[in-house]
Amino acid sequence: MSDIALTRPVPVTSEPPLARYLLIGFAVVFVTLFLFAPLLTVFAEALRQGWAGALDALRLPDAQAAIRMTLTIAAIAVPINAAFGIAAAWAITKFDFRGKAFLITLIDLPFSVSPVVAGLMLVLLFGANSTLGGWLIANDMPIVFAFPGILLATLFITFPFVAREIIPVMMEQGRAEEEAALTLGASGWRTFFTVTLPNIRWALLYGVLLCNARAMGEFGAVAVVSGKIRGETATMPTMIEMFYNEYLSVAAFTLAAVLAMLALLTLLLKSLLEWRHADLLAATRRH
Amino acid sequence: MNIEIEELAKEFGTERALHPVSLSIPSGALIALLGPSGSGKTTLLRILAGLEFPTSGRVLFGGQDATGLSVQERRAGFVFQQYALFKHMTVFENIAYGLRARKRHERPTEAEIGRRVNRLLELIQLPEIGTRYPNQLSGGQRQRVALARALAIEPRMLLLDEPFGALDAKVRKELRQGLREIHDRTGLTTVFVTHDQEEAMELADLVVVMSMGRIEQVGKPAEIRAKPASDFVRAFTAA
Ligand SMILES: Nc1ncnc2c1ncn2[C@@H]1O[C@H](COP(=O)(O)OP(=O)(O)OP(=O)(O)O)[C@@H](O)[C@H]1O
Ligand SMILES: [Mg+2]
Repeated sequence: MSDIALTRPVPVTSEPPLARYLLIGFAVVFVTLFLFAPLLTVFAEALRQGWAGALDALRLPDAQAAIRMTLTIAAIAVPINAAFGIAAAWAITKFDFRGKAFLITLIDLPFSVSPVVAGLMLVLLFGANSTLGGWLIANDMPIVFAFPGILLATLFITFPFVAREIIPVMMEQGRAEEEAALTLGASGWRTFFTVTLPNIRWALLYGVLLCNARAMGEFGAVAVVSGKIRGETATMPTMIEMFYNEYLSVAAFTLAAVLAMLALLTLLLKSLLEWRHADLLAATRRH
Repeated sequence: MNIEIEELAKEFGTERALHPVSLSIPSGALIALLGPSGSGKTTLLRILAGLEFPTSGRVLFGGQDATGLSVQERRAGFVFQQYALFKHMTVFENIAYGLRARKRHERPTEAEIGRRVNRLLELIQLPEIGTRYPNQLSGGQRQRVALARALAIEPRMLLLDEPFGALDAKVRKELRQGLREIHDRTGLTTVFVTHDQEEAMELADLVVVMSMGRIEQVGKPAEIRAKPASDFVRAFTAA
């Protein structure tokens, strides 16, 4: 008995083999059943009438308009939120000011408010029934049920991603390197581009990827604000829902498959980053 | 260049980091700011560098009022306690940073930058490390690179915040000697912060003893040893 204990030391954290296999098996079954299978189903459904059916679905003007809308929104919202996120993180970590704690809470607001509520807020603020909304519509600048509304909703929902990724990194960096650059004669901008930005680049990229995934996938807030006008304000997620409700299941699932592939692409990029810069990310990541 | 500090005070909110202090630093001197933790040494040094601005009082560089000058305009070579080297740049690029940051018409050519950086690397006796990154250096090497980077801008004065604080006793002794030599060679007015009385006494021409935001005594090391101005100075320098 004691021989075995001596020749095969057992790490204190290890479980009996049976428990280990049960746990691993459970995790595998769970992932297959709840993550992998549904994803496969989406692709299977999209291809139910073969590639031709799927391609036909992609040729539908409504589907194309939705894809264009989603890509445009993401292309505008992500850079804006990257810039805002950097600015907010910069303000929070490099300066001391009153109301800092409040600002940090405010950044998290979109995470805690239900997207539908966020959409309703925008409708109340800019809709035809509000003074501001009425004036905007009278002056031919409608926000609700139009492109600006969708953009605002997406901006609101995806605001925290970049800021949340880079704040911890900037906190950890402190101000010393920036101060060193300033004493060496660098201007504020030069300091930002040559010192601050290189130091946060991985966290920033990571935040941008997450922000992009959510910007393309957002449903609730956009559904409320856009009015889901096909060919005009429908985005990919809202268009998918409309196709589905009309029993156009091949069209719905084809569009869903495209959206899923865009998301998978984002995930792939993220994994690639993590794999290549594992050490850097390990020190900074929060997720 | 001589530095005059006139009735300089600093408050952080309600906290008084510096009571009005006055001090006259002769040109070319090597000065130690000596005092226990929280006595206001770093605060005074950062005000000199322009990284912090005083609540009241004036700073004069070479007889000219410098109180309102920005950190860039002051051209003070500053060595940070943890060195604050740029992690993502090579040693060469770290040292060249201040030269590259100059306005175009004042910026040296690439060849000239290369010459100056190499000369500084020789000055700190690390001629071979230009291509390395800061995390590939020992603590003592990092400290010397930080010094070279500060010297690269041809500063008007040299300010060092606990330059040897994070190093072991043997390296500290060597680098002390190195700082003395560099000071003597460049003739720069140099102020360094320390809470190690032995270091201050051995290295400095003039020691400024600080406590709780006040200057307790200013004098040559021997004077301070022989005639401590207060019980605090006696106790602190005896340690
Ligand atoms: N940014 C700041 N905000 C608020 N208080 C500060 C700030 N910087 C310094 N202080 C306060 O000012 C006082 C002097 O601090 P300072 O850093 O100058 O001390 P020090 O002599 O350098 O100490 P140490 O040897 O520990 O570095 C301390 O009481 C400190 O808490
Ligand atoms: Mg200090």
